[in-house]
Amino acid sequence: MSLLKLQKLALTPKGGQTRSNTRDNKAALVFLGPWLLGSVVLVIGPMAASLYLSFTNYNLLQSPKWVGAGNFARMLTDTRLHHSLEVTFLYVLIGVPLQLGAALGLALLLDRGLRGLTFYRSAFYLPSLLGASVAIAVLWRLIFGGTGLFNTILGLIGIESTTSWIGNPDTALSTIILLHVWTFGSPMVIFLAGLRQIPVEFYEAAQIDGATTFQQFRGITIPLLTPIIFFNLVLAIINSFQAFTQAFIVSAGSGGPSDSTLFYTLYLYQEGFGAFRMGYASAMAWLLVLIVGACTAINFWASKFWVHYED
Amino acid sequence: MVAVVVLALYPIIWMIVSSLRPDGSIFSNPSPAPTTFHWQNYQYGWNALGTPFGRYLLNSAIIVLGAIVGNVITCSMAAYAFARLRFRFQKPAFGFMLLTIMLPIHVMIVPQYILWAKADLVNTFWPLIVPKFLATDAFFTFLMVQFIRGLPKELDEAARIDGAGHGRIFLQILMPLMAPALATTAIFTFIWTWNDFFVQMIYLTDPDKYTAPIALRSFIDAQSHSSYGAMFAMSVVSVIPLLIAFAVGQKYLVRGIATTGLK
Repeated sequence: MSLLKLQKLALTPKGGQTRSNTRDNKAALVFLGPWLLGSVVLVIGPMAASLYLSFTNYNLLQSPKWVGAGNFARMLTDTRLHHSLEVTFLYVLIGVPLQLGAALGLALLLDRGLRGLTFYRSAFYLPSLLGASVAIAVLWRLIFGGTGLFNTILGLIGIESTTSWIGNPDTALSTIILLHVWTFGSPMVIFLAGLRQIPVEFYEAAQIDGATTFQQFRGITIPLLTPIIFFNLVLAIINSFQAFTQAFIVSAGSGGPSDSTLFYTLYLYQEGFGAFRMGYASAMAWLLVLIVGACTAINFWASKFWVHYED
Repeated sequence: MVAVVVLALYPIIWMIVSSLRPDGSIFSNPSPAPTTFHWQNYQYGWNALGTPFGRYLLNSAIIVLGAIVGNVITCSMAAYAFARLRFRFQKPAFGFMLLTIMLPIHVMIVPQYILWAKADLVNTFWPLIVPKFLATDAFFTFLMVQFIRGLPKELDEAARIDGAGHGRIFLQILMPLMAPALATTAIFTFIWTWNDFFVQMIYLTDPDKYTAPIALRSFIDAQSHSSYGAMFAMSVVSVIPLLIAFAVGQKYLVRGIATTGLK
């Protein structure tokens, strides 16, 4: 199910080609017209421009001033940048496995022929539907504040607490990771779809051979699900590196307390659209592309060792 | 399993119930059962920002509608070309399209912003709608390429023998069959655009142009120490369209996630 595989799949022509290439070229130009225009004006052009800007100082008012590798040199000594990288990597390294683990665990439970599958699926998907909204981020901020709901509930079970969980640098990031884990519904739906595609015959054959449930799980379910796990992992990592809204709202745009929720994109926003250091923000954006690209490449490389493709 | 359902839904339900409680008793009351119906929260929240909240909902709706129309038309056109036509540079073009799915918006947003600023269109909805008419949401193009690939090619061939050109094959043969994929595209565009915060915040700074999420954000900034009830009320109002979209399009939503891993 990797993108490359899908690309190969989608490009393999089926059946004979009855039309000449010139005819298709013209039609393709029409059908791809909007996409081509968008790719040039809104993707390739801006990417080239932001690469250029990353070597300049630019505040939107004066024209860009070439500073060579100045922005990248500043990155080396910018402790807030280092900190934002640390926060973001923590978020990805902790949040992604927890969220996918929860999603996989619940998908496995739901797949065991539980009654009311549709209800559970909808109920679990609701947090994913709303999780990216400002409304839920606001809710989180109020739940984990000093006088918030979380402390009230702790009080009910006998733990007196007036800590503001979002106001404490040691716990603020955890609350945002928790919010991420809470949105396990969408990867769960993907896992469920994957589980549904495993042929029942495999399990029947295994049972005839006397395999235990655990052996079936290890020998059939997990190997056949690895492409889906991989797919979810790649997507979750790419998306998590770009997390923004929740940290922005929970910390009121500051990334605080003490920069403990200063996500990379939040810092990028502060630099670019707060301080109008567009050159530095562009350099940061390219570093983000490199990081996301490298992580995806490592993921694809590592997949050779654990992802099982049937063909 | 029931415990997980409770954990998943409790915060949402508590938010809705709290939007109907008077300010003093919100955080001290963890009960998910509605105890009071303090509708004044809604009345107060609706008008707390100078412009009635309905205006922000309308702004969001305009952008969402534009985005849906744009994505449905242009992504399906691009998908038809990738899935059914043979043309020069097809492979690199398709590869590039796939790559843009994973490309962080941040690497384009600064020059895009400059572009829209130069055109004097910041603080209008154009920067948020026009890109959708240029098929820049590659995920949907990919989704529909996959879908068209699954449709029997004989249909096209038959129409072609009857003398239909690509325009007619696309519009009259494939479009009707693509209804599920188009519905999936529409509902995800709805959810993503309605929830979008980063891009809308960058382009919309004039309070009259605020969308629901941006308005909600300025609401918490302005009222950080009072009227939590009103804050919850407007939070609820801002997600009601999502809940409606979910209720109406659940089938397509689940199918869409299952086939492509959309979020």
